[in-house]
This record gives sequence, C-alpha cells and structure tokens, in this order.
Amino acid sequence: MASDMRAHPWMANSAPGVIDEMLAAIGAASVKEVFEQIPEDHFRKTPLDLPPALTSEMELRRDLVSKLKKNLSCEDNLSFLGAGVWQHHVPAVVDEIVGRTEFATNVWGSYQSDHGRNQTWFEFSSQLGALLNLDVVQLPVYSWGCAIGHAMRMAARITGRSKVLVPAFSDPERLSVIRTYCQPMEMQTRIEVVEVAADPTSGRLDLGDLADKLGEDVAAVYFENPAYLGTIETGAAEIAKMARAAGVETVVGVDPLSLGVMTAPGDYGADIVTGPVQPLGVHMHCGGGAGGFIASRDEERYVRAYNGFLVSVVETREPGQLGFGLACPHQNSYGMRENGNDWTGNSTYLWAIAGAVYMSLLGPEGFRELGQLIVSRARYAAKLLGEVPGVRIVWPDTTFKEFVVNFDDTGKTVAEVNDALRARGIFGGKDLSGEGLGLGQSALYCVTEVHTANDIRRLADTMKEILA
Amino acid sequence: MTDLPQFHAAKWDEPVVMEMGRPGGRGQHFPAPEAEVSEAVGADLIPAAMARKDRPELPEITEFEAQRHYLHLSQMTLGMMGISLFGTCTMKYNSKTAEFATLRPELAEVHPYQHPETLQGVLEIMHDFDGILRSLSGMDQFVFQAGGGANAAYTMACVARAYWQDRGKLGERTEMVTSIQAHPCNPATAAAAGFKVVNLPLEENGYPSLDALKAAVSERTALIMLNNPDDMGIYNPEIKEWVKAAKEVGALCFYDHANFNGVMGKLSARELGFDACMFMLHKTFGAPKAGGGPAVGAFGCSDELAPYLPTPVVVKSGDGYALDDDRPKSMGKIREFWGNVPQVVKAYAWARAMGAEGIDLASDISVVANNYMDKRLSEIEGLARSNPGVSAHRMEMTRWSLEPIAQETGVGTVDFANRMADYGIDPWWMSHEPWIVAEPFTPEAGELWSKEDIDMWIDVVAKICEEARSDPEMVKTAPHNQAIAQVKGDAFEDPSKWAMTWRAWKRKSGEADTARGAA
Repeated sequence: MASDMRAHPWMANSAPGVIDEMLAAIGAASVKEVFEQIPEDHFRKTPLDLPPALTSEMELRRDLVSKLKKNLSCEDNLSFLGAGVWQHHVPAVVDEIVGRTEFATNVWGSYQSDHGRNQTWFEFSSQLGALLNLDVVQLPVYSWGCAIGHAMRMAARITGRSKVLVPAFSDPERLSVIRTYCQPMEMQTRIEVVEVAADPTSGRLDLGDLADKLGEDVAAVYFENPAYLGTIETGAAEIAKMARAAGVETVVGVDPLSLGVMTAPGDYGADIVTGPVQPLGVHMHCGGGAGGFIASRDEERYVRAYNGFLVSVVETREPGQLGFGLACPHQNSYGMRENGNDWTGNSTYLWAIAGAVYMSLLGPEGFRELGQLIVSRARYAAKLLGEVPGVRIVWPDTTFKEFVVNFDDTGKTVAEVNDALRARGIFGGKDLSGEGLGLGQSALYCVTEVHTANDIRRLADTMKEILA
Repeated sequence: MTDLPQFHAAKWDEPVVMEMGRPGGRGQHFPAPEAEVSEAVGADLIPAAMARKDRPELPEITEFEAQRHYLHLSQMTLGMMGISLFGTCTMKYNSKTAEFATLRPELAEVHPYQHPETLQGVLEIMHDFDGILRSLSGMDQFVFQAGGGANAAYTMACVARAYWQDRGKLGERTEMVTSIQAHPCNPATAAAAGFKVVNLPLEENGYPSLDALKAAVSERTALIMLNNPDDMGIYNPEIKEWVKAAKEVGALCFYDHANFNGVMGKLSARELGFDACMFMLHKTFGAPKAGGGPAVGAFGCSDELAPYLPTPVVVKSGDGYALDDDRPKSMGKIREFWGNVPQVVKAYAWARAMGAEGIDLASDISVVANNYMDKRLSEIEGLARSNPGVSAHRMEMTRWSLEPIAQETGVGTVDFANRMADYGIDPWWMSHEPWIVAEPFTPEAGELWSKEDIDMWIDVVAKICEEARSDPEMVKTAPHNQAIAQVKGDAFEDPSKWAMTWRAWKRKSGEADTARGAA
C-alpha cells in the first residue's frame, strides 16, 4: 500500500492503520505474506496501465456525463427504431422502484430475509400469466432470443426429437441466437433449424410449406405474433392444431404490450410462450434493457423442462401466511451441473421487478387502451407514409406496431433516406435491405404510444421533402 | 464481543398484488388516439381471429397503491443493507454516481440500432473499458454481450466450437475438461454447447493433480475451463503446468476469473498462458447485482481467438468509434445487441474511481481481511476450516464447515443462514453443488466491509453457536424477527402444490380458502 494514499471512499479498511491492525492480529509480517500460496513467477510482470484514477465523485461524474452527452437520444430526436428493443413510456413509479437500493443490491439472501423481492418476482409471473392465460411463467432469461433458444431445447427434451421449424421472415439477430443454442451440425446433441416459407402476400407463415415440413422428427414449430415484420399471425390456432396432430410443440413469441387487444396465446393452443420483457417498463438502455420470458401450461412435463428459476407461492410456519421460494431447484445447473437443463445464472431479474410494477399500474384497462393507441397510431403512420410518392407499405392493415416500408420506387436506398432523416432529427426505421428477405430497399418502422399524430405527420412531411 | 443489534425487519403483511384493488380502479391512463388518427384508420384494427375477448385478470389499483405496495416489498428485502459477506459474489458498493449517470436519457433512451455517429459517447466508454480489461488480463480483445458469468462461460464454449469448426476438427474435439470444484456454469454451459464434460476430482491439497489432468486431456479435448483460486481460497500453484499440458494436446485454455478480487493487479491471465478469460462486472467491477442481473460477463481473448467472438465488436475507427459486424468467422450471436450497456458503464466508472493503485490495494485488503476473518472464526468452537491440511493463508475467501456443531446440536448451515437475518445480518452463502464440505458456509469480506462490520458478523456467528447449544429448536425454527416466518418447503417438488402464478395458486388452493386482506 502506498502510504501517501488517502483512504478511499469505497474502502473502509484503507483508512490508516487498519491493514496493519489485521496483519498484527493474524501474526503476518507483511501483506506479501498472505499471498504466500502464489508462486513468485506467477505474479504479473507487466505493470498495470490504467487511466488516472478519478477518486472524487465530482471528477467521476464529469467524465461519465461528458462522454455520454456525445450520444444523441431518442428523447431529443424522433425515433422509429424497434426490432427487439422498442421505445415505450416508462412510468415514473417503475423507475423509482427499480432504483430502490435494496432491489439493486440484493444478491440472494434467504426466503425470509429477501421476502419482498421474492414476492415481487412472483407478482411478475402472476400478472404476465394473466396476460398470457398460462399458469407457469419462469423468471426472465437474458433476452427474447435466449428465451426462444431455451424453449426450443425444452421442446427437444420433451419430445425427444431434434429438429425445429422457424419462420423464413425471422429477426436475424434472434435467429442467430437460436442457431447458437441449437448447436452446429457437427455436434451430436445438435437441433436442426429449418425455415418455413412465408406467404408473400401477407407475411404470415405458409401453411402448405408448414404441412410439408411437420413430421415425426420435428420437436417444435416457432412463430411470432405479432411477427418480426409486424404482421399479425391470424392462423395461429390452425398452426397449433397442425402441430399438435404431428406431436410437435407449438412455441410462440408475443409482444406483451399487444395482449390487451390480441388473443392470449394460451387461448390458441400455444404450448411454450416466449417474449421480450423490455416493453414492460424497461428503458431501451442501448439494448441493455433486453430480457426474455418463458411460459407454459402447468403440466409436469413442461415444468420439469425449464432451465431457470421458477418462483412458487408456498405456506410458512405461521398459519395463513404466504411466502415464496424456488420450485424444482434441483433440475437446473446449480443443482445438477452438466446434467441440469441447459444452464442458469445471473439473468435479468431486476426487469421482472420493473415488469411487476408496470403491469400493476396498467391493469386490464390500461393494457386495452395502450394496445388500441399503439395499433391506431402505427396504422396511421403506415397510411401517411404510404401516401408519399414512391413509398409503399408492404403489408398494410395487417400489423400491430411495426410495419415494412419499401423505397424501391423512390430511387433511394434506405441508408440514404435514413441519412437525410437523421440530418433532420429523425431516426428512420431499421434497414432490412441486407437481411436477405427479398424485400428490396425496405425498412422496418416502429410506432408506439410515444408517437403523437404530430410526430407522425412530421415524419411523413419530412419524408416527402427528402424524396421530392 | 460487541453488543449485537436489536433488529426487526419491516413486516407489512402485504397482500399479493393480485388480491388488491377494486373493479374499474386505474393506475395509468393512455390518451385516446387523436381524431385525425381514428378518422383515418377506424376502429377494430386487430383481425377478428386475433382480437382479445376476455379481460386479463390484472389488479386494478391506483398509482399510489402501486408505489406503496412495491415500496413495502422493497422494505421487506434486506438486500445487502445489513452486513453481507456473501462469498463467491464479492459484495461491493454500487456507486450511485454511476447509476444516476446511466439513467440519463443519453443512455437510457438510446437504441442500439442508431447510427454509430449518434452513439460516440457510449462507444468511447466501451472502447476505453476494453482497454482497462486488456491491461488487467493481458488479453487482446473484450466483448460484453454475455449477460452474466455463466453466459461468458457459454461464450467460451461457443468460441471453442467456432475455432474447431474453422479447423475442420469439431467432430473430433468433443470434450471439455474441468475440476469438480469449478463453478457449475462451466460444465453446464459446455454441455449445453454440445461438449462432453470431464470432471477432475480433488486431491488432499485441495486441487486436482497435474497427473490427473494429463491423463484427462487428449486429441479429443476442445478446451479446459478453470477458476483459480477456488471457492475454498486455495490457489493451484501448478496452473502454468496445467495450461502447458492442455496446450500440448492443442486444447484451448479458459480462465474463469470469477474469483478475481484477491488477485486483481497481481496476476495476468495471458502471462499465465490462458487463451481467454472472463470478468464479472456485476461482481468484481462494482456494478449492482440486482438480485440476479442485468449482469455482464466480460469475455476477453487472444488475437488468435478474436475472429470467433460474437458480433459486434467495438473498434476505434479514425477519430471515432464503430461497431464491427463484418467478422465472417464469428460464432454468431450469444445474445441480441451489444450487452447490458449500463452495467458496462458502471464497471468503467468503478475502474476509473479505483485506478490502478486502488485496485491493487483492494486485492490486498480482500486477502488480509479474509485471513483476519479466518483467524477469528477459528477461535469459535464448533466450526472447521475446509482442507485442514492446507495451513497456508487462504486467498479472498475460505470455505468453512459447521459439521462439528451440527453433529453436536443438530443445527446446520441452513438454520444458521435463516437465523443470521434476525440480527440484521444478510444470510451467508453456503456452497455450490456438490457439497464437498459438509454444512458449508463461505464468507468473503472483499474491500467494502469495515473491520467493525467483519467483527460484528463474526460475533453473530458466535452468538448463534451459543444459541444452537442452548436452544437448538429456536434456531431451527428461525427466523423470528423477519417479514415472514420460515417458508415450508413441501410444495417445491410437488406438482399438486407448486404454484408459479396466482392463477395456479387459486386453482390448487381453492379460491374461497385464500380470501385475505385487500387494498
């Protein structure tokens, strides 16, 4: 220890004399002596080369804020980006609760010492279960793509089969995660990923192609509702029926904010349901708001196939009192290492707390109003953009909050359009032109409750101006 | 012995939110669509086949009731606001300065698909933090996609797959070798990635023998995954020879740096010969744990492995920063986007606030404090240190056993953990599976907790030892000063009783029997 160093604000035992006091208590002559297990030639030879320390809070804050201010935000600009992370309203009470230090700093505790957190987790699952009409909801995993990956592996465990079907119009980011989870072809335990064609007139799954591909070797068929490109899968019940007839699990991905106005997946035959948790009161955080849920019916064969934390309500030693703890803890990797279901560990459990608060604030009427508002404004945006000369909406009138805008007839690429929009304070939709979807110069636009009619007219007017 | 605190946790008898509220109650309004919107698009926009007909059974409460309910629940969460010497998790102060910075719209309201020109601030921080981790580890490139330490171990397994696939040998390199004492995430993620796991048993000195490793590695070994020191506080002094033996058969070597706190600033993973390593930013680098994430397992590797990393990678480009997505040998995505970015910023803030000198001092304090704790715990009758044959000073944590006192009184480690909270002390960490040490507990002081905190913690352990002898039933029925009484475990493995949602609970318990208070 450098003797001229001031005690550090984050280290009580850096105050003068404390280390020496502890060394004296253990009878060690020096700090070096307590590292006696490490052979001399293991200690690093290269000195640490770190930027200067900012031990004062004011210098640290200045450094962080001055750097972050170089970003442009979706609050100061008008953004139409979605595709996995979406700009939604976050109620202030959600921010207050997730910022509570007890919720931010807890690690595990006991079922009693950290009871409040466990109850909040259970309330996340309970409220999401009410939206999904399903009885089992696991605490969220890292992301929606990871949730789908685990769901595919669950389906493979349940059926003993090793092929899964996914839509040809899949989000490449999520699909890449799914392929990672399903392993390369060289692995003995791989799951083959096969694409099902899309109906080009609607963007929905091609049921003829699905029928051809469903078979005794298929573990699961996956589709999203609303789908990656925003389309609503009206054939959901038919797909689930076809799958069931072939002994195949129906795995669905849903946007939880659609469930005030769209049918609950538990009501159209979905077996395992996944989705993002970020819309439920989590800021975008540059993608760091991601999290993914997994849900199913309460049948033992499903419950025994989950990989992570299942929070169950239980009784306590005091009659009439309820507590909460982990069901089936021995089937995960903490309990069974390499023989557990996939693996678990740190995940995105703070976002379960955000989701619990968010859903309790909205209630049934809030979800209905929100769904109505989103779909109305998104359709309005599609309509106004579709009226801009050269701009075409690929599947009008079939979408929820996202929709595909094609620029082929404008003579401009999406990149050129987005550069021009950005110069005018607008972040245009995600560029789909490089994704091999056969949609030409198209972009995926996202419109939510945060976009007013004014914002939407501004987008359409700006688009007219730059395409003129 | 210092006076022990007279503590009682907040106890609100808080109903489950599903029981609260009143029909028609509201906590948030949304505006109706503007007239120009509804006139243009009409109503009934969801196709009839997909239009929801039922009303979701959610609570109907006011904004204040939601705030009060969840504040009550936060108050019934000890968090680490007692004294938490929770071993293997390295409890740290989580800077509010960093927290508040990340809540600004310049980060919270930023989308990862924005044009990189609009993301220069956050990219600069990630780039600079990559540099800090490179210096600490000797690795050549870090990525932050992994959402925790286990996810970083999985990243390693997937990078190894891509590495061997690129050499056309993935079908032959089918095994991962590790120690039975490694964190469960190493064998579990390797197995989930498709590798066969070979576990090495421990010898008397606390780690597997070099001969056992040499016998286990072969042309079939894709990689080895190791932590060092382990959770007993024992450092494997043959680690360089291990890496050499693994490399002689061509295997990749991964250093799980979960237990970095005692060696930070002292060791360099690359200098020891490792190809890759991971750091837990929500642990060693001061980002909050948040009850289990959002977390970050920062994964770093050598230039040889860098082509296989998940994309995108943050790179310096001219005067600015960019995201490199054009990496044809990449293993693909481990998770969407570029990771839990706010946690990366918080970890950067920790590293800047500590500096090189602070980091070196923190590992000094961690190891000295653990040995001070060892000394005091060894003076309490009924406790036993793991690996009694190893007399050397342990690293930043030590595994202990309650076996003697458990045999004497019947009171075990779960009972102790429950009882500790009655004194406002956070329940301790016991051990990962398998429990090689009977009735284990694993304290870790790190650099946060004061000597006074450590003394208080040990005094509480000593007090519970007394209680175990004088009134074992009281300890076994603990806690007694908490928000709720001891949870009964009979439902957890019983399909007729477990209930993961309120819907399931109502169905299984009979709704009439559970009528309780409402808001």
